[in-house]
Amino acid sequence: MKPSRRVVLGAAAMAATAALMLSACSTSTPSASSSATSGALTPVKLQLQWFAQAQFAGYYAALKQGYFKDEGLDVTILEGGTDIVPQTVLANNQADFAIAWVPKALASREQGAGITDVGQIYQRSGTLQVSMKKANITSAADLKGKKVGNWGFGNEFELFAGMTKAKLNPAKDVTLVQQNFDESALLSGDIDAAQAMVYNEYAQILETKNPATGELYKASDLNVIDWNKEGTAMLQDAIWANTAKLSSDKAYQATTVKFLKAVIKGWIYARDNPQKAADIVVSYGTKLGTSHQLWQTNEVNKLIWPSPDGIGVINAADWKRTVGVAMDAKNLEGSTVITKAPDSDAYTNTYIKKALGELKSENVDTTGANFKPIDVTLAEGGK
Amino acid sequence: MRRTAGKRARAIALGTAGVLLLALAWELYKSFGPLAGWGVGGVLLLPRTDDISMPHLGAMLARTAEPLTSAADSQPVWLIVLLGCVSSLGTAFLGLLIGAVVGIGLALVMLRFRVAEAAVLPWLVLSQTVPLIALAPLVVTWGGQLQFGSFSWQRWMSVAVIASYLAFFPVAIGALRGFQSPEVAHTELMHSYAVGWWKTLFYLRLPASVPYLLPAMRLGAASAIIGTVVAEVSTGTEGGIGRLIIEFAQSGSSDPAKAYSPIAGAVLMGLAAAGIVSIMGLALSRYRRNEAQS
Repeated sequence: MKPSRRVVLGAAAMAATAALMLSACSTSTPSASSSATSGALTPVKLQLQWFAQAQFAGYYAALKQGYFKDEGLDVTILEGGTDIVPQTVLANNQADFAIAWVPKALASREQGAGITDVGQIYQRSGTLQVSMKKANITSAADLKGKKVGNWGFGNEFELFAGMTKAKLNPAKDVTLVQQNFDESALLSGDIDAAQAMVYNEYAQILETKNPATGELYKASDLNVIDWNKEGTAMLQDAIWANTAKLSSDKAYQATTVKFLKAVIKGWIYARDNPQKAADIVVSYGTKLGTSHQLWQTNEVNKLIWPSPDGIGVINAADWKRTVGVAMDAKNLEGSTVITKAPDSDAYTNTYIKKALGELKSENVDTTGANFKPIDVTLAEGGK
Repeated sequence: MRRTAGKRARAIALGTAGVLLLALAWELYKSFGPLAGWGVGGVLLLPRTDDISMPHLGAMLARTAEPLTSAADSQPVWLIVLLGCVSSLGTAFLGLLIGAVVGIGLALVMLRFRVAEAAVLPWLVLSQTVPLIALAPLVVTWGGQLQFGSFSWQRWMSVAVIASYLAFFPVAIGALRGFQSPEVAHTELMHSYAVGWWKTLFYLRLPASVPYLLPAMRLGAASAIIGTVVAEVSTGTEGGIGRLIIEFAQSGSSDPAKAYSPIAGAVLMGLAAAGIVSIMGLALSRYRRNEAQS
């Protein structure tokens, strides 16, 4: 009788394994794709820098509201990860478009990635240097003698340029501390000023209970240095396209214009319906809370709107400043983002202007001159 | 029979006591440890005990029962973690299966051809020194180039491949040792019966390898789980426990209790994997006379 029990147990184990493997096949596949697979739609893959979050609200809104489909595109949004470099994915032809910060993408270009900025969605930089009120750090010059956190990995150049501009030597005048991608070092007092994105880590501080008061931290408890005001801001989230395909492939050129049109409509939706846009992002499976996503949508809107030239148009002065900082600002290792000025293929306004022109004739507000941000109340933990 | 039952009860009791002791140590340190930590020259030697650095175990447990967000249809944290575990466990077992097939295949080749053993074995050892985080994006890139017909490579497949890359090594080594374990007298007996290589494999070497293969599979399962979690962290693959660890850690200061649930999930996953391999072993217990209990 014994062998049969063993056989049963063995079979049960095999069955459990098989069931698990099947579940792996079925649970992991629901990707963010517009499900209708009618043959007429052009498949397009968009690679993001990170997981689904409201930083990308416009793209998810365009997907959910069917703006991509209206343009005849079947868009799949590929989420990022810690080791996914969007511009590399794009250069390797595994995505048709990618979202990336301009300095990081320029560094990849210099190493041979054939990519072109076709839409500068964020007109302003979202990077801050945050400190507690009592440390009294309100400008880059005040960082002198302080413990300054930074993320490294190419996220630090605005900070270094800002300190250099304030006549500080980053190697001598401050103590630089490599910072995790959360703000615990600032909250525990290990560092005096921490790097934070206004739409993410800054909000996380405001979602944390202040042990001194038993309430959440308030904006009035904090000081921020805004690199847009210090004059060393660099352009961030932009839409990058494949340079080679852009120059030779007529269909890809047309797709680019259609894609940009839908993206613009998505961001306009996020501007006019921040709550609904945040809800859309939540529906795509973000694990960050709903109040956090609403905050993020609102802050991202502030980085985009108003866009006097029209959303996505690359402003030559901003571009020049970004390239200047990228060439001049040295980090602790003494290296710059890029060593020489990028060639003329690095950006083009051709496609975004075409997209804006088509939308303007449909009476769509593409500048957001009357944009007013909303007030968002953050819950503890962003819930 | 009585003796094994007693042994088992004792093992369960000891295991539970170990977990309770760990929990007690955590709470005791939290109560009596220095709030701001303690260190020498800016290097923290004793960790902080504030609620952000060390949440109460009760708070962690309570957090798992609450819904993740304030959204109306938000699932409770424990369910999200459990679903993540099931997804990762599935990927890990697929990886283990691929790893076992490749590992046993390599062991057979090395057994059959001595030259192969000399040529391949050093490479196997070398293969395990490649850092996983360097490998993961490469596998994703290579996989992304695969596309035939309506089949296109998904990211979780890359994760399974990375898991198998870690899992195949102990299986290959264990299987080779197992295949080579029969005494010379036994192989010579087979030889004197004029039994061929394949028959010797099935009737002698394969049964003899079981005591070596099972511990190797257990090691392989653990490696596959580590590979899966690390690869999920690295590639951001949706659905798995690795991604949850990163996502929950993002709000590590504002919702500190939450970050511990996926870590506990990963531990449970390791236990589940070891359990499943052990159950497989039960079916093979008549070949396991010589295996050291582990």
